[in-house]
Amino acid sequence: MASIATVLPASATLPRWLAPVALLAVAYLFVPFVGTSYLFEAILLPFLALSLAGVGLNLLTGYAGQVSLGSAAFMAVGAFAAYNFNLRVEGLPLVLSIVLAGFSAAAIGIVFGLPSLRLKGFYLAVSTLAAQFFVQWALTKFGWFSNNSASGVIDAPPLAIAGITFESAADRYLFALTIVTVLTFVALRLVASQTGRNFIAVRDNETAARIIGVPVLRTKLLAFAISSFIIGVAGVLWAFAYLRTVEPAGFNLDRSFQVLFIIIIGGLASIRGAFFGAALIVVFPLVLSRLGAFFLGDIFDSGVLDMSQRIVLGGLIILFLVLEPDGLVALWDRNMRRFGSVFGRR
Amino acid sequence: MHAMTFALGGLGTSAFPSEVQEHLLDLAARPTPQPHAAISGDVLLGLEGVRLSFGGVTALDNVDLAVRRGEIRAIIGPNGAGKSSLINVISGVYRPDRGHVLIGGHRYRAVPTDRLARLGVARTFQNLALFKGLSVLDNVVAGRAHTVRSTFLGQIARVGAARREEADARDRARRILAFLDLEHVAGRLAGTLPYGLQKRVELARALVAEPEILLLDEPMAGMTATEKQEMAGFVRATRDAYGTTVILIEHDIGVVMELSDRIAVLDYGRKIADGTPEEVRADQRVIDAYLGVVPENEDGAGI
Repeated sequence: MASIATVLPASATLPRWLAPVALLAVAYLFVPFVGTSYLFEAILLPFLALSLAGVGLNLLTGYAGQVSLGSAAFMAVGAFAAYNFNLRVEGLPLVLSIVLAGFSAAAIGIVFGLPSLRLKGFYLAVSTLAAQFFVQWALTKFGWFSNNSASGVIDAPPLAIAGITFESAADRYLFALTIVTVLTFVALRLVASQTGRNFIAVRDNETAARIIGVPVLRTKLLAFAISSFIIGVAGVLWAFAYLRTVEPAGFNLDRSFQVLFIIIIGGLASIRGAFFGAALIVVFPLVLSRLGAFFLGDIFDSGVLDMSQRIVLGGLIILFLVLEPDGLVALWDRNMRRFGSVFGRR
Repeated sequence: MHAMTFALGGLGTSAFPSEVQEHLLDLAARPTPQPHAAISGDVLLGLEGVRLSFGGVTALDNVDLAVRRGEIRAIIGPNGAGKSSLINVISGVYRPDRGHVLIGGHRYRAVPTDRLARLGVARTFQNLALFKGLSVLDNVVAGRAHTVRSTFLGQIARVGAARREEADARDRARRILAFLDLEHVAGRLAGTLPYGLQKRVELARALVAEPEILLLDEPMAGMTATEKQEMAGFVRATRDAYGTTVILIEHDIGVVMELSDRIAVLDYGRKIADGTPEEVRADQRVIDAYLGVVPENEDGAGI
């Protein structure tokens, strides 16, 4: 009886893992062969790096409820740490540099997460700005971090794992895709675990969480650590796979806000939401510039584009906060259910 | 008794674990509830000279309380009498200015809230304190947080202790959901349930911790008469099935009289009566506190 009951719903709809597996199959087996270098360089690589940063921030802000404006700082720590580990430790495999960079970002994340033990909401957000400004200042001030390059710009080392180099745009895309896939899988497992429930418990009702035995302080710091680890690795992808040369100014407050907008637009407390949000943030300026050039011609120069981008994005965020606080992912799920598709799942 | 059968009778008894079923049958066979066997037993929870004030307002004034193992003890009193403050002192949310709290033989100046669940104390809140972003099942599973020993790495890998803990917590949560007839909403987000059901989910989250002491802060507030009877049935069933000691704040005197073994009455932060429902009902000071006192000098003679 019980076994019938458990089998029935599974046969009525396709299994939950099918949609992500199909998506991955396309991403691995189809996209690399048909994609143009423009698709990789301008869309997919920044999309992957920002998605991963969004996943990281969503763990902290969406799930654990700790607002952070320091994402770009943790990306910068990741990027510069990986650069230095790779530069200064002879023969260190690239993967290990990336893992160590994640740990460096996690350590900095814990330090700047300490105020969360006392501060909440808006006040915490302001205190995470300290991370943003401190990290950027430190990376600019101490030339050691950028190997004393005069401009503070670092050049990414070639991406190589076990002798295989990932040089072309398509190769770098596969490299980033693999890291994003692994960490997203880890994040999905995390939010379904007791630790993930603890995150939400602390977010929704801290007193009740403490009373039922959730270690509130440890949970908050753990959220900062795991989130910063993932954002740090996203920073490595941003620097090594996407841009190839970065300077501390590339990880400024604008980038932090960009990551925050990604999770607000995509959907707070949703791992998939980070991908939806990142897709919109990456594709939207390209679409806007095409449309602008098409309709307005020469008047639509880069200055106008930049300004109109900000205005439209600001409007979009207000729209989302008012009309769809659960983000693109909720919109998507509703429409999928409406069309009776099997791909919409919670 | 009628409340009991009403609340639990219509659920389809197959939903219950066998020991609960037996217990329900047993209950149905008896015309009136027996006074609980442990009522003359040891003191499991106590307050000693507890005083609590906020600024100049005294919320609790030299309150003593002795709750025996396995009893249902109601705390009643007019609004602002200090009932919720008392629960908050016991659960460590407030630290008393003076006095001590005794829990299971230990004396605490201030109860350590973060170890409360491990001390065998669980509570519900006057205003709902569910985790709205979690499903009903996950809310109840979260109630096992105090037993978790595995690290997040083990939980991500789903191996060893993490795997066992998760399976065990889900198993217990499902049993409690069945006990409280909440199985049909297990997958719903807690925040989307009607008020009465949310109150019941909070009870489930508290019960899954298997507490020795259960603190219920107005579990029936805002409910219809039917829902109140259901909830009263669940509270009594909990005590009878698990031997839980229950401390209950409630405004509905009818429910309180029917449900409680003993009743303590607070007024302006002082305990003015403490005894069986019959004793409390007959107590002149209680009547005065609830109905008001006719001033002795009604005519104003001599003024």
